[in-house]
Amino acid sequence: MENMVNVYLFGKKYTVPAGLTIMTAMEYAGYELVRGCGCRNGFCGACATIYRIKDKQELHACLACQTEVQEGMYVATLPFFPLVKQVYNIENIKPTEQIMMQLYPEIYACIGCNACTKACTQELNVMQYIAYAQRGEYAKCAEESFDCVMCGVCSSRCPAGISHPQVAMLARRLNGKYIAPECGHLADRVNEINEGKFESLIEDLMQKPIEEIKELYNTREIEK
Amino acid sequence: MYKIDKLNELAKAVAEKRAANAELEPRRMTAEEKDTLLATFHPDYKQDEFTVLSAGVNKGEKVPTQLAELLQGKSRISAADVDLTAPDYDTDVLIIGGGGAGASAAIEADEAGVKAMIVTKLRIGDANTMMAEGGIQAADKPNDSPAIHYIDAFGGGHFAAKPELVKNLVTKAPEAIQWLNKLGVEFDKEADGTMVTTHGGGTSRKRMHAAKDYSGAEIMRTLRDEVLNRGIPVIDFTAAIEIILDENGKAAGAVLMNMETKELLVARAKTVIIATGGAGRLHYQGFPTSNHYGATADGLILGYRVGARLLYADTLQYHPTGTGYPEQIFGALVTEKVRSLGAKLVNIDGEVFMHPLETRDVTAASIIRECTERNKGVETPLGKAVWLDTPMIEYKHGEGTIEKRIPAMMRMFGKYGIDIRKEPILVYPTLHYQNGGLNISVDCSTDVENLYAAGEVAGGIHGRNRLMGNSLLDVIVFGRDAGKNAAAKAKESAVPEKLTLEHIEKFNKELAEAGISSDTASPMLLPHYARK
Repeated sequence: MENMVNVYLFGKKYTVPAGLTIMTAMEYAGYELVRGCGCRNGFCGACATIYRIKDKQELHACLACQTEVQEGMYVATLPFFPLVKQVYNIENIKPTEQIMMQLYPEIYACIGCNACTKACTQELNVMQYIAYAQRGEYAKCAEESFDCVMCGVCSSRCPAGISHPQVAMLARRLNGKYIAPECGHLADRVNEINEGKFESLIEDLMQKPIEEIKELYNTREIEK
Repeated sequence: MYKIDKLNELAKAVAEKRAANAELEPRRMTAEEKDTLLATFHPDYKQDEFTVLSAGVNKGEKVPTQLAELLQGKSRISAADVDLTAPDYDTDVLIIGGGGAGASAAIEADEAGVKAMIVTKLRIGDANTMMAEGGIQAADKPNDSPAIHYIDAFGGGHFAAKPELVKNLVTKAPEAIQWLNKLGVEFDKEADGTMVTTHGGGTSRKRMHAAKDYSGAEIMRTLRDEVLNRGIPVIDFTAAIEIILDENGKAAGAVLMNMETKELLVARAKTVIIATGGAGRLHYQGFPTSNHYGATADGLILGYRVGARLLYADTLQYHPTGTGYPEQIFGALVTEKVRSLGAKLVNIDGEVFMHPLETRDVTAASIIRECTERNKGVETPLGKAVWLDTPMIEYKHGEGTIEKRIPAMMRMFGKYGIDIRKEPILVYPTLHYQNGGLNISVDCSTDVENLYAAGEVAGGIHGRNRLMGNSLLDVIVFGRDAGKNAAAKAKESAVPEKLTLEHIEKFNKELAEAGISSDTASPMLLPHYARK
């Protein structure tokens, strides 16, 4: 007999093999998942889940695909959370403090309870990146929030109604476009290509008999 | 620590030889050695895992058995089930799929000034693009050129790719990176803006651009944000289940199905782009997969039924380093970047058995050989695996490298008590990518007029094996092109007048004549994982 544990999916008890993730435990129980299931690998944030262990007080948040079931786990998935996503034209905004005030003014209503950080399924310091956003420090906000999968659990716990993942998304785009240093060699190469510099070189390769190009491939120099 | 003591014990052999192994520069295999290795150990060569098609435009050609079952499966509807005269949606360009290619296409179609609309069976961004970890190739360094990139990609694909597609891929690569960067995608850069680039398997220059090991996620979330900023309609949890043609046999829309209510809807469009991605969730040959939940080959089925030809549908990519243990993440991707950063592949005796950056097909075949014929694999409850010596990264590049460069990998294993900075990890090939797909021309058009394809669903760009970093590149370059070209075609086309689904009955008849009767509902839409 396999080692089994009791879990409570939306309050209903199921006995499932230990070692399953919450997601595979749901499938073991017979659920055909449509919502609340995405990459199954911890990257997409589709399977945000809240759980509590029987007789314990603390609420935990996790990704269902990345978390092993435990005995007495009460599970509620959060397949959708109504985050606020403001619309903007990335070409027309600038990385100023004002832009956050205009688009996401609620971040200044943060009461510092840190519930967002405690809830983060990626163990990010969410309240800290919101603090950076408040101060217009977008490079720091981008770095601190980088591993965010936008599952929305932080926002579900926020008394100030902040949509943290969307604030971070804006900060990262501002950083990527306006703050991070521009890449000179990239611009140079795009110009060379537009001038047709490599055109005949590649056309020539395309015309070569297969044996010749095999020889070129098999003897090509490989950078150390 | 591993929960199984034996594995902790075996990992010691890896640690003992780490210093010596780090010094090694293993020899690369010769062309002949690679050919023999592939023919003997690569899953693509297992003839009994394939079925020859009896109906449709690729009749007489072999495809993986699970795919054949769907290609020759049963449509979810008959023509009488929907009213084609009163479309629920009317658009210029209909984009099926909300991954990297679909989102890029939508942005470019919108930019061109036409009405674009995305339908996706899950959410926008639920796609393999989101899960691409390692990076995106572009020849933008002074010691590199698109011509060198061409040779790497064409050779890595065993000289089978369509040359004009490879040319398009490599020539537009730097501009693709620039486009992403201008949208706000973050790339790993030096303080002076120089891109931090590394090797991938089979590259001859360091041209892998990355955003830590969340490269695809960073690209996908930015594209999604841009689609939403532009107000492009995204109809989520709505799958396309049949392409609609007009009376002249041109693509003119799709029948959609709400994934939750099962309501059928009709979308009419002047041009249609299939951007549905891959097929890992069909678990060819029983392999686990690194793919998204929705990777069920839907686009191949949609296209095939209306007469779009497949190219190289018999060639799949098994990523050499899927997670071999623990079971919770079995088959999950361990990015090639781990090897780009210097980790080597090691057998049970602690020996480095190959150069870690051969192309993916060769590396996968080599790992399979190590675990079968040579019997040098490490036994786990899930089967055999080999070591990937992750601590070697910090041995070479110093403490902190792993957290900075591959945080997702550190987190993924850390959840199961394995600290990849201190302990090597166990890997075995996992089904990763569909090398072939719908045959396209350089403008992304398929064999059916007004029907386009882009991204993993398209075939011919990568020949019979894709290099790391050329897929993220492909979805951007060809996704954008598909959007531009489908928009231009839509501008010169009138609204289709008479919509038909006659192809369903026609295809059913062909199946019947071939003696095939199937109850397999197709496209599959989602894998059947619920325990019965």
